[in-house]
Amino acid sequence: MLLLAVISLFVGVSNVSPAQLMSGDPLVWQTFLVSRVPRTLAVVLAGVALSIAGFILQLMARNRFVEPSTVGTVESATAGILVATLLLPGAPVVGKMVVAALFAMAGTALFLSVLRRIPLRNTLVVPLVGIMLGGVIAAVTTFSAYRFDLLQTLNTWMIGDFSGLIRGRYELLWLVAVLAAVGYICADRFTVAGMGEEFTTNLGLDYRRTMNLGLILVSLISAVVVVVVGSIPFLGLIVPNLVSLLIGDNVRRAVPWIAVFGAGFVLTCDIIGRSIRFPYEVPVGVIVSVVGSALFIALLVRRGTGAR
Amino acid sequence: MITLENATKRYGTTTVVDGVSATIPGGGVTSIIGPNGAGKSTLLSMMSRLLPLDAGTVHVDGLDVSTTPGRVLARTLGILRQENQLTVRLTVRDLVGFGRFPHNGGRPTVLDREHIERALDYLDLSGLADRFVDELSGGQRQRAFIAMVLAQDTDVILLDEPLNNLDMKHSVEMMQLLRRLVDELGKTVVLVIHDINFASCYSDTLMAMRDGAVIHQGPPEEIMTPAVLRDVYDVDIQVELIRGHRIGVYFA
Ligand SMILES: Nc1ncnc2c1ncn2[C@@H]1O[C@H](COP(=O)(O)OP(=O)(O)O)[C@@H](O)[C@H]1O
Ligand SMILES: [Mg+2]
Repeated sequence: MLLLAVISLFVGVSNVSPAQLMSGDPLVWQTFLVSRVPRTLAVVLAGVALSIAGFILQLMARNRFVEPSTVGTVESATAGILVATLLLPGAPVVGKMVVAALFAMAGTALFLSVLRRIPLRNTLVVPLVGIMLGGVIAAVTTFSAYRFDLLQTLNTWMIGDFSGLIRGRYELLWLVAVLAAVGYICADRFTVAGMGEEFTTNLGLDYRRTMNLGLILVSLISAVVVVVVGSIPFLGLIVPNLVSLLIGDNVRRAVPWIAVFGAGFVLTCDIIGRSIRFPYEVPVGVIVSVVGSALFIALLVRRGTGAR
Repeated sequence: MITLENATKRYGTTTVVDGVSATIPGGGVTSIIGPNGAGKSTLLSMMSRLLPLDAGTVHVDGLDVSTTPGRVLARTLGILRQENQLTVRLTVRDLVGFGRFPHNGGRPTVLDREHIERALDYLDLSGLADRFVDELSGGQRQRAFIAMVLAQDTDVILLDEPLNNLDMKHSVEMMQLLRRLVDELGKTVVLVIHDINFASCYSDTLMAMRDGAVIHQGPPEEIMTPAVLRDVYDVDIQVELIRGHRIGVYFA
């Protein structure tokens, strides 16, 4: 992971090498500090937080095959940004983020309440419900964007891209680090909640409160990342599933691994995205989707043949 | 001691537990028996605040289950329901460890570890402690869940069909263990159980339910009679006295 981070620091259009940094070239240092360091930090922060958000959502839905971009959270956040752009065009990024977060919360809460109403919580039905819900929200958003001639803008949030992240544009992402840390502090509660409502109640924990806390964390993380970077699908699905296979779901133990894997995965995809069409960039969202869906299918096959 | 007063549960227009008033004595094994759908699981869930009551009250060791804070109740009463599926992947030791959650809020102490190891040992799980629960057989998984409730170390333990999936050896060991919990540690154990002979041999009190009501309650000598059993199950069951235990014969 550290190695990947270092590589990430030195991959890019303009030449920045350790040797040049050593020589103290001010122009090189500026590129390094204004562009490379923020970008690498942004990649790490987004990778860590989205993976953890995916994990928490999986525990809350008690289903392995959901993540913020398959249950309507990300779609709702995007809808929120669109609404904010239309109604409050002059609002600062933070304002958009707040609106996006509120929408994300509403969308996720809707998903969870639909789940509660479904008697048959079949492994496949749960993600399908999420995908349908997300599809409806995305369709409405796209249509509105089309009507208001904002499709181009919409695309920048729908496909995650780190290329525009220079100093001054990524700092909001530190918020997700705080949120991820809160998730870790409350790790045991989420493990307990993942056992279901009856176990949670038996162990004396307030199920509703824990679910609400999870809802807030997942929605905020998703909203911030969508506003700053754009959507990075599959990440929250792949990383927790891999870690689950390797070391299980005890949140306190799993979260550090999920953080490392998540950051490493996005760093790799970002470096690939910057290298394959050099000097042009392929947005990281695209790379993650391609690599992620392949990994995901492999995972499904493995889970299918493995125990249960 | 558990006191039920007019405990009622309805689903729509059907009443599945109908104004049950009963007292379950402390410091004993009480077995709830009765045909399928009699309302046994529902009643047990109501006693343990997993299901809210539509009417009436339940007190466990003097605590009203509808109003006592969850964490306080969780140190008094532990319950395992009839069907449990775990979607989180946990090792057996982690699962059992979460039984300590009401006591430590997730920060295990040395004392907690002792409870965990003892519970694992009681249920013959020490060799499986580091396996994932989803990689166990049905009976092993059932034992892991029960170990979790034991680790919770509550005065009152409610178990819905704890012999589910257990083979003969582990069934007998389970009943002996429950007996020991009562005789040596003074706990109150309430279980729903289908095998009337296990119930008869190991219980202090039998509670027979039918159609949402408790229709008979008493020591095995009173309940294990052809007349009472016919009343409960609509089946003719002979009762033989074998080595001091009343055994119902209903296989042929
Ligand atoms: N969630 C529910 N909705 C509607 N009816 C239910 C529900 N849960 C249980 N019942 C009904 O309540 C009755 C009692 O169920 P239960 O307590 O599980 O019986 P037992 O454990 O004695 O076999 C049954 O007729 C069952 O169909
Ligand atoms: Mg039952």
